[in-house]
Amino acid sequence: MNHLAEKYSEEIQAILAKYPADQKRSAVMPLLYLAQRESGYVTKTAMNEIAELLGITATEVASIVGFYSLYYDKPAGKYRIQVCTDLPCALRGAEEFLEKLCENLGIRVGETTPDGMVTVEHVMCLAACDKAPMFQVQSGEGLSYHENQTVESAMALIQSLKKGASHSNKDGHP
Amino acid sequence: MAKQVTLTIDGKQVTVPEGTLIVDAAKKAGIDVPVFCYHPKMEPVGMCRMCLVEIGRPVIDRATGQVVKEADGSPKVQFGPKLETACTTPVSEGMVVVGASEKVKAGREDILEFLLTSHPLDCPICDKGGECPLQDLTMGFGPGESRFIFDEKMRMDKHVPLGELIYLDRERCIQCGRCVRFQSEIADDPVIGFYQRGRSLEIVTFSEPGFDSYFSGNTTDICPVGALTTADFRFGARPWELNNAASICSQCPVGCNITFNTRREARSGGRMVIKRVMPRQNEAVNEIWICDKGRFAYHFTEGGGSGNSERLTQPLVRKNGELAPVSWDEALQVVAERFRQAGSGLLTLAGGRLSNEDLFNLRQLTQGLGGQTALYTQMAGGDLVAQVGVGQGTNFADMGAGSAILVVASDLHEEAPIWYLRIKQAVERGAMLIVAGARPTRLEKYAAHVVRYPYGSEAAAILAMLNSLSAKRPNLPEPVQALARSPELQAAAKAFAGAQNGLVLYGSEGLGLEGSQALAQACANLLISTNHIGRANNGLIAVWQRANEQGAWDMGFRPRTDLAEAMKSARVLYVVAADPAGDDPSMAEAGEFLVVQELFLTDTAKLADVVLPVEAYTEREGSFTSGERRVQRFYPAVPEPAGLKADFAVTGQIGQLLGLDLEARFASKVMLRIASQIADYAGLDYVRLAEVVEQWPIVGRGDVYYGGTSYENSQGLGVQLAPAAQRGAAVPLAWPEFASQSHSQQASAEGLLAAPINRLLDRGQTVWPSTLLHSRIPQPYVALNPADAAVLRIPSGAMLQVTLNGTARLAAAHLDENVPQGVVLVPRSMGLPIFGPAPVEIRRAEVVSA
Amino acid sequence: MSEYLLLRHRQIPDIGNLTVYRQNEGFQAFHKAVTSMKPEEVTEVVKASGLRGRGGAGFPTGLKWSFIDKNKWPHYVVANADESEPGTFKDREIMENNPFQFLEGVMLCAYAIQANVAYIYLRGEFWQIAAHLDRKIAELHSAGLLGDNLFGTGYSLRLYTHLGAGAYICGEETAMLESLEGKLGQPRLRPPFPPSFGLYGMPTVVNNVETLTNVPLIIEKGAAWYRGYGTEKSAGVKIFSLSGCVNKPGNYELPLGTTFRELIYEHGGGIPGGRQIKAIMPAGASSSLIVANEQALDTPMDYESVPAVGAQLGSASVIIIDESVDIPWLINKTIHFFKHESCGKCTPCREGSYWMMHLTERIDKGKATWKDVELLKDVATQIRGKCLCALGEFSIEAVLSGIDRFRQDFEARVGAREMIETQP
Ligand SMILES: Cc1cc2nc3c(=O)[nH]c(=O)nc-3n(C[C@H](O)[C@H](O)[C@H](O)COP(=O)(O)O)c2cc1C
Ligand code: SF4
Ligand code: FES
Repeated sequence: MNHLAEKYSEEIQAILAKYPADQKRSAVMPLLYLAQRESGYVTKTAMNEIAELLGITATEVASIVGFYSLYYDKPAGKYRIQVCTDLPCALRGAEEFLEKLCENLGIRVGETTPDGMVTVEHVMCLAACDKAPMFQVQSGEGLSYHENQTVESAMALIQSLKKGASHSNKDGHP
Repeated sequence: MAKQVTLTIDGKQVTVPEGTLIVDAAKKAGIDVPVFCYHPKMEPVGMCRMCLVEIGRPVIDRATGQVVKEADGSPKVQFGPKLETACTTPVSEGMVVVGASEKVKAGREDILEFLLTSHPLDCPICDKGGECPLQDLTMGFGPGESRFIFDEKMRMDKHVPLGELIYLDRERCIQCGRCVRFQSEIADDPVIGFYQRGRSLEIVTFSEPGFDSYFSGNTTDICPVGALTTADFRFGARPWELNNAASICSQCPVGCNITFNTRREARSGGRMVIKRVMPRQNEAVNEIWICDKGRFAYHFTEGGGSGNSERLTQPLVRKNGELAPVSWDEALQVVAERFRQAGSGLLTLAGGRLSNEDLFNLRQLTQGLGGQTALYTQMAGGDLVAQVGVGQGTNFADMGAGSAILVVASDLHEEAPIWYLRIKQAVERGAMLIVAGARPTRLEKYAAHVVRYPYGSEAAAILAMLNSLSAKRPNLPEPVQALARSPELQAAAKAFAGAQNGLVLYGSEGLGLEGSQALAQACANLLISTNHIGRANNGLIAVWQRANEQGAWDMGFRPRTDLAEAMKSARVLYVVAADPAGDDPSMAEAGEFLVVQELFLTDTAKLADVVLPVEAYTEREGSFTSGERRVQRFYPAVPEPAGLKADFAVTGQIGQLLGLDLEARFASKVMLRIASQIADYAGLDYVRLAEVVEQWPIVGRGDVYYGGTSYENSQGLGVQLAPAAQRGAAVPLAWPEFASQSHSQQASAEGLLAAPINRLLDRGQTVWPSTLLHSRIPQPYVALNPADAAVLRIPSGAMLQVTLNGTARLAAAHLDENVPQGVVLVPRSMGLPIFGPAPVEIRRAEVVSA
Repeated sequence: MSEYLLLRHRQIPDIGNLTVYRQNEGFQAFHKAVTSMKPEEVTEVVKASGLRGRGGAGFPTGLKWSFIDKNKWPHYVVANADESEPGTFKDREIMENNPFQFLEGVMLCAYAIQANVAYIYLRGEFWQIAAHLDRKIAELHSAGLLGDNLFGTGYSLRLYTHLGAGAYICGEETAMLESLEGKLGQPRLRPPFPPSFGLYGMPTVVNNVETLTNVPLIIEKGAAWYRGYGTEKSAGVKIFSLSGCVNKPGNYELPLGTTFRELIYEHGGGIPGGRQIKAIMPAGASSSLIVANEQALDTPMDYESVPAVGAQLGSASVIIIDESVDIPWLINKTIHFFKHESCGKCTPCREGSYWMMHLTERIDKGKATWKDVELLKDVATQIRGKCLCALGEFSIEAVLSGIDRFRQDFEARVGAREMIETQP
């Protein structure tokens, strides 16, 4: 009754093949991405399924979810718009950008638009400091960078996302 | 012996083995380095940074490799710029450690201030108050006032249940990771973990049920603050109000050393009551750990529960068909008179939770009257343990590379959790483990070899191992010959024979009396033939179902296979600490006159003609003999309730009325008699049993080298007996009659065989009164293979009518692929009458709709 | 710069194409090494080149490789592509645009230490880059450059990408190894160091992406050629990630020893709006603040000279701060970062960063008194030298140097508070 194992058996095999046979635990992070792609966050069921696949406890899996900031244990908007407001970006106006973006969407940082489509968050440095303001979009589709943004370009992207476009500007997820 | 290293700590020269950490070296020298995250039983992690010291190392001339000397000829020592953690740094030759400098003091103050920034001011209501190293260190090093603004404190959840047994106060947690590390490193139950990171780190559990581990209570001992507390004790008392009494856990044959903490309590009418059970250090037995059964299942001693767990308070004699209270004089007179009349028609049936002193007196009394004794148990082989049991000086802690451990017919994680833990550790040190069983058990994870046999072939499997080593006994029965050809079995046998030390633990899974006697004999033969007897860390251990069954064997008690008939034909039946009628209603037809000596009005007691109430073992003193044949003393923890007597005293007084020379007043004097009459116990007395030697690590002294709240052992490490083989007696091989029973011989018409298994938490009389544990005790159930269930159209969880030994009971169906086909696993003491392998009928119970 | 050694796509735009890369001597070094050099010889060349780690610590790369424990097998290489230091974005450009040179560097390192498996640990946000590298790795398999029995020598090698998931601490090499093992990314005690106890407890070399990207050219053109770049003790070129208050932020590949002035004014186009430069953080958020005076501007950016002006070169993520920036605001930013990224394992970093965050917030909001500034300094000093890993130590650099070197900014903040308090 392991839903993940059934649905993604090939992908899971490929992931496990990367690591030595006696070090299956290494696969916990890629498997969590897989689970998160399913539901937008990691459900408790998924944690149990991953634990079963790797022969570790659900608590050990959950610890990983809790430690790393790219995994979520709760649902949010379909798209998470994560604006870097760390020092280098802030020096180039990222904070004002975030503020205006939120104003435009009518929400505060950390909130989700009423239609459940977009959650806006601020994040730490994303290694794109020379192209601020910038943000990443995280969703079931994967994760993509959007650099040298203006509030207008960001709003346009959000509009197209709401219409069902893909945000992956390059490769999609692996 | 490891190389010795000499260093200087705070001006004191210390010599310790190479590899010792500075904290431990300091402790050995009597110098305390404060710690939070470091625990001497676990790998150092250097997380809390409390143990900072200055470390200087001798300067070595690169060219010559020689130590550079100062002008005065002393070695030149160079100190690093930073303080270093004493808990992670091993000693080295010529090292100079300074823990008493201003710099170190300031460093420790700094760390303490950090730890206190978000720590709540709970001390006045905190369970750890009084035994908390954070509190102690704050007194020692702490800042007088907080520079941290109170409103900025991190607020976190308090009273978070991590399951039913353990509570977490997230604000008090100092993130030292001890609990998480204990659960993964020591218990190998990583069911609690850290969640989030940085200042938001918090302890969580995602197991079902929460904190699902038999060892969970230990985390509350080693937690250096009051973050983890037990549901049983929290808010129960302040540590400094507690008295303590040394004792021995009565729940299993490991014989963990414990301490009962007691307090006089208004709520209990001003009586002294037990508030909690704590481990007491015995590095040869339980180190500083106990399992949750030992920690939480003590409530049976209190009585006051419901149903049959109400403690008896006065003697009862049947008058006009009703049990009526009478005086002790009257009751004892009635009993003595009946015993006198019975003479050789007396059958004394005793249970394995009695002390050696009780059992000795029972035997003396019965023998004096020419009667017979019987041990009420479903497991045999104690006579063989007395011959080829483990040698004096046996200690799992000493087993590592070169030691082989064979566990057969026992699920140790369920039956003796501390042995499970210690064997796991021995394997981690290099010991070779063989697990022989009819189904997979948790211990197999550590096994180098797994021998799988069908239920019924337990002894045969061991004989097959022996057979593969020599042609000594080629005429094995057919199923055994097949087993003997298994390469895995042969490899296991070879590895066992080749090991320097060899130890066998046998249990009673799937077995009754005949089967376990045969198994014990087979194991003894294997040990004798491979020359693994008569020495420390070699020999046989029985995984008894009760704490003192080995003591009962040593005192001369034997189980009997014809017990039911013997009971029926006895003129007078004297049942002590046993409840045969409760276990099996068909045992209710006892002989002419029934005397029951008990704590509770058990089903058997309800049938009795005389009921003699006794003290719980917490109310008196005595001794138990553990599975490793260590005789250990327990002391009274609470005053004896008025009107009750100890078992040995009751028996002694009956004997005196009959003109027999029995000791009825002092347990210590009974021990002297034991010592003079039972060869293996020669030389023992209560003084010897109370002897202690310094143990490592040093715990429980309320200092800042914090080993936890486990009690230091000051009242006796016990004495391990020498088996006959060690005393030079010849121990011949004997070949069991009952080597193997094929499945079809035993199974029901449907082809189903019930095999008994043992569960840690069952519905037995000594567990069930602890209501806290109820959520962890399953409903009566049987387990069977899904394939069998499919044939019988039994869905998982279905209610079944299970007919065993002529009795039909309801039980839920657990489907489990690990159960061999054709077998129905029936847990003992879970409401179903199972004693040994037996035919069983199962069918779906009619569902009564509401 | 006349010729690029690392950012070669800027000259050869299609170098990310395997054919183009091979046309430009790609994989010749690897072929040469595997077919005609002993593993130790590869290490020797790298040692002789003077290459030092570009991930931050500047540890001599060849020396690190030579520490690998030859008594324990298997060996592993882990490429550090976690790139999470605020202000650093160089590894990303390499992997996106010049992936084969980086991969060849990984492969050479693997050969040198006789590892048959190498992992590339990328920060989770580099999801698409990982996919991109996976495709490149697949191409290498097809081309017979990865797999079993390479060039008929019996040597086999596989590369795998592994994504982190948003934790700066995983850039610290031992935390990265823990993370790769499927555990919390918390640093290990050291010693033992990875070359003796690394991934799965086995000998492991961890190197930064940029470090490894240097290796193919070093093997191909020799140590002496490489030493022709940079300074005596800081050989070679370095990618400087320039960000902050500067007209042309971006990556600049320059010889080590180039001055701050040249980077900022010649390459970076100076400060926007003609404003005055105030401070430089040469190593990202982990850096001390250098007062950007003439002397500082003329300091060569190499491993020895930067410490002389009170900072470290680190990963050379040069953040420029101009006169419009208030230092209390800035340290509040950096402390928020470290508070967010502290792994929580050790007390001073976990508790100290939380405490400092409250203090810097109050100071930044003008709600503090001078006592709070002093307390902040105390707390930072209390953290110093007591942490389990460098993250905690990094967290106080900007704080202590900020208070010491830009005292007037703090006085102004406190002044504001005092004014508020005295208002009727
Ligand atoms: C907190 C912390 C973060 C680090 N982050 C990175 C990083 O993102 N990338 C990196 O290459 N090295 C990082 N390092 C340095 C690594 O620990 C390690 O020194 C480096 O990967 C070694 O490679 P190199 O010798 O090639 O520089 C970090 C170190 C610390 C203490
Ligand atoms: S300094 Fe301590 S808490 Fe901070 S990241 Fe390193 S180990 Fe973790
Ligand atoms: S760091 Fe040494 S005791 Fe915690």
